[in-house]
Amino acid sequence: MSDALLSVTDLRLGFMAGKRALPAVDGISFAISPGETFALLGESGCGKSATAQGIMRLLPAAGRMLGGRVVMDGQELLGLSEADMRAWRGGRMAMIFQEPATSLNPVLTVGRQIGEVLERHRGLTGAAATERMVELLRLVGIADPERRLTEYPFQLSGGMKQRVMIAIALAGEPELLIADEPTTALDVTVQAQILDLLAKIQVDRGMGMLLITHDLGVVARMAHRIGVMYAGELVEVASRQAFFTAPRHPYTQALFEALPDISRRGLRLNTIPGQVPALAAMPAGCRFADRCPQVMAICREQSPPWREVAGGHAVRCHWQGEAAANGRTGNAVTELDIDPGRAFLEVADLKVHFPIRKGLLQRTVGHVRAVDGVSLAIAASRTLALVGESGCGKTTVGKALLQLIQPSAGSVRLGGNELVGLKGRRLRSARRHMQMVFQDPFASLNPRLRVGEIIAEGMAALGIDTESASHAAAIAALLKQVGLPDEAAGRYPHEFSGGQRQRIAIARALAVQPELLICDEPTSALDVSVQAQILNLLKKLQAELGVAYLFITHNFAVVEYLAHDVAVMYLGRIVERGRAEEILRSPKHPYTQALLSAVPVPRLDHPTAIIRLPGETPSPANPPAGCHFHPRCPMAMDICRQAYPGVTELSPTHRVNCHLAG
Amino acid sequence: MLAYIVRRLLYAIPILIGVNLITFALFFVVNTPDDMARMQLGVKRVTPEAIEKWKAERGYDKPLFVNADAAGLATVTDTIFFDKSARMFAGQFGRAEDGRDIAREIASRMGPSLAIALPTFVLGLFVAVSMALLLAFFRASAFDFWGVVLCVAMMSISGLFYIIGGQYLISKIWRLVPISGFGDGLEAWRFLILPVLIGVVSGIGSSTRWYRTIFLEEVGKDYVRTARAKGLPETVVFFRHILRNALIPILTGVVVVIPLLFMGSLLTESFFGIPGLGSYTIDAINAQDFAVVRSMVFIGSVLYIVGLILTDISYTLVDPRIRFE
Repeated sequence: MSDALLSVTDLRLGFMAGKRALPAVDGISFAISPGETFALLGESGCGKSATAQGIMRLLPAAGRMLGGRVVMDGQELLGLSEADMRAWRGGRMAMIFQEPATSLNPVLTVGRQIGEVLERHRGLTGAAATERMVELLRLVGIADPERRLTEYPFQLSGGMKQRVMIAIALAGEPELLIADEPTTALDVTVQAQILDLLAKIQVDRGMGMLLITHDLGVVARMAHRIGVMYAGELVEVASRQAFFTAPRHPYTQALFEALPDISRRGLRLNTIPGQVPALAAMPAGCRFADRCPQVMAICREQSPPWREVAGGHAVRCHWQGEAAANGRTGNAVTELDIDPGRAFLEVADLKVHFPIRKGLLQRTVGHVRAVDGVSLAIAASRTLALVGESGCGKTTVGKALLQLIQPSAGSVRLGGNELVGLKGRRLRSARRHMQMVFQDPFASLNPRLRVGEIIAEGMAALGIDTESASHAAAIAALLKQVGLPDEAAGRYPHEFSGGQRQRIAIARALAVQPELLICDEPTSALDVSVQAQILNLLKKLQAELGVAYLFITHNFAVVEYLAHDVAVMYLGRIVERGRAEEILRSPKHPYTQALLSAVPVPRLDHPTAIIRLPGETPSPANPPAGCHFHPRCPMAMDICRQAYPGVTELSPTHRVNCHLAG
Repeated sequence: MLAYIVRRLLYAIPILIGVNLITFALFFVVNTPDDMARMQLGVKRVTPEAIEKWKAERGYDKPLFVNADAAGLATVTDTIFFDKSARMFAGQFGRAEDGRDIAREIASRMGPSLAIALPTFVLGLFVAVSMALLLAFFRASAFDFWGVVLCVAMMSISGLFYIIGGQYLISKIWRLVPISGFGDGLEAWRFLILPVLIGVVSGIGSSTRWYRTIFLEEVGKDYVRTARAKGLPETVVFFRHILRNALIPILTGVVVVIPLLFMGSLLTESFFGIPGLGSYTIDAINAQDFAVVRSMVFIGSVLYIVGLILTDISYTLVDPRIRFE
């Protein structure tokens, strides 16, 4: 490992809890060569971000280094004085972060923020610095760099902010780039752009890269070697090839099996039972033992040593067998394609326009067309996935259906009754038929109410069952239905994990026995293994109760696994809709095609070439003339610039709004 | 930007009218001119004639809003409301009980008030921000802990203690500056030092603690981590990155009180014998001089509204997100 750019040996660090430091990273070792991308993969709380921050010596206030060595280019970094360390930080090693929206200083210009790195590490000021800034912005693919230098972060889109972050990181000419979930907060088409950019920069400069991610798809696209982390330890290190073809650790295997995929439709997803052990109560033996399907007696006594499986592929596991033939392929029963039956929710030409007010008298000068003529229909026991990138109006559709936002026009008919324009008591009783599950289970449950009260509140508000004895029984039944114990009713939301909270949110929604559940990104805040549990639950509930789902999401893997029908939204309108098979197997709209191709696939063989979309979604206040998609469309024709395409029926269920199809 | 400011100014007009009406209602409807006369005359001398005479001397014998006896425009102008309340918009406050013109009195007393209030404000802000920055820089250390303890102790002690204690120690025992009084021109500084010093000290505890909280909130933000990841020294991180962001809530929080500095401080001015607006108000309250009190209430409200408008404008100056919207 003498040729390694960075070598981390037995790194241990922890966080102070009272007077004790709880080890969050417990003795991990790895090395990165120049020009290599090493991915640290793991679920939230496994210590992967803490590792990155430890290497940069940027731990938060409660963090403590407990031991180990970090050597870069022959220099031990942990022993350096803080002042000497600052010469490395931002210079020879640089870092980009997950949340571009908050990682840039809101009150300093872009130029200032890049410039301070140039001044600190390259000694550049004045005109020379400006020239270099323009070069850097051009390098990260920002158009009109001179103007951008004088702008503030809030004037840039999310993708551009992340490009600026990359430019800041590159300003010090680093040999090592640490990227902490660099695309997690971005849309898939923008994610594809940023990943391309990072890969290209890395090759051009021969940089080493430490990529921190939870996304197996990103790993498949970017990494040369992969280290899997679990509960503060590395459990498997493998080359990309070995990792995707022959993962050895039961945890790695379980991660793969928890992924939703088209081949697993109709099957229960594999979940990992239990939870990651708490930092304060780490088991003495293998930390995964309690959740491991292959657990043996020795696992509980001895922490497994590293075992070399093949060249460069090592695993920390006592178990030496091969994974049993799992349900990854084969026995996926195709569902009986039952006739969808009569739609009980019919939405016709729904519009939600928000006025833009300007000037002295706040006159309305235009409208943000958040939703601009959406029609859809859902039948009982069916799942319609509404797919699109951020800002396309999909969440607004969900809220407008529930009349949480007043639609500007259109009709929402539930079982033949019009909802638009309903008020007061009649609206409340109509809401009984549909309920919503929100994205963030940490924010959407009232922290001051007990779980039982949260569930009962919805029932009381809609005037269901006020008698107390049957009330408690109903709550217990609901909790059982979503897989939570009875005693959960008396506890507060903060006592539960993310997945359990989402179960509570689902129980709350089900309390009034709705026919339709609107799920707004219900799993995007959750880890893969937890996501699998929630998807299984939703599937089970649909089979038992016949409830229909409107599934609002940007995650195609979830769509593939769960949806019967799919509608793709772009800039407030549905551009393509059809059966899930039709949309996923033979998408006709160039936007759908690009979206599908941009999704990082957790496999080695990426089936199709990625269609790269230039730019980002335009503002719905001022959509492009003609087809909204034409400025980004790789196949735009003259007519696309002039007229919005009408509907073309490709099959009784498959419809697309595109001139190419007509 | 300009439209924004103009809009704010236009919003102020109905608020001012509302303030004027409410002040009027408080002073003439809740507390009628008859009540005022009784209080002024004292219990022994109250006779119906005396009350009528007292009211007539001050123009309080007119109808409140509408004068049915008068003709033309005078039906609304020859009323108490127009004379005593609406005229305040034009800076006509009438006369005090001692016969002096209130407007002129206010103008001459503004100077001494400002001479105390402005240095107290500027110095207090500077000291509190510096202290808070220091505490935040050494956060979670013993220095920070005892600093906060000191702040809490200082804010728990009554302002009166600082005034009396300061006067006793600095003026009486050490004889450094006069206990109270006010001088003209350059002589004034000897009288100003003590009240300004005490004003600053008595305010330090609460504002330092508040600003420290603001700084600590910024310290934990992602952009600060980015700044550290650039390899910038901690002082640059603090002064270039954290201070600028923290100044947004700090500045906008204090701008609102700037116009109110003109009003002076009731407590400080009466204890130090400063002939400013604060002591003017206190004296008027003691003498039950309703014309003066009414004027001061109205001016205070107007200045507060001006402060709110300045706050809105200052947002646009310090926060680019609002400046460019």
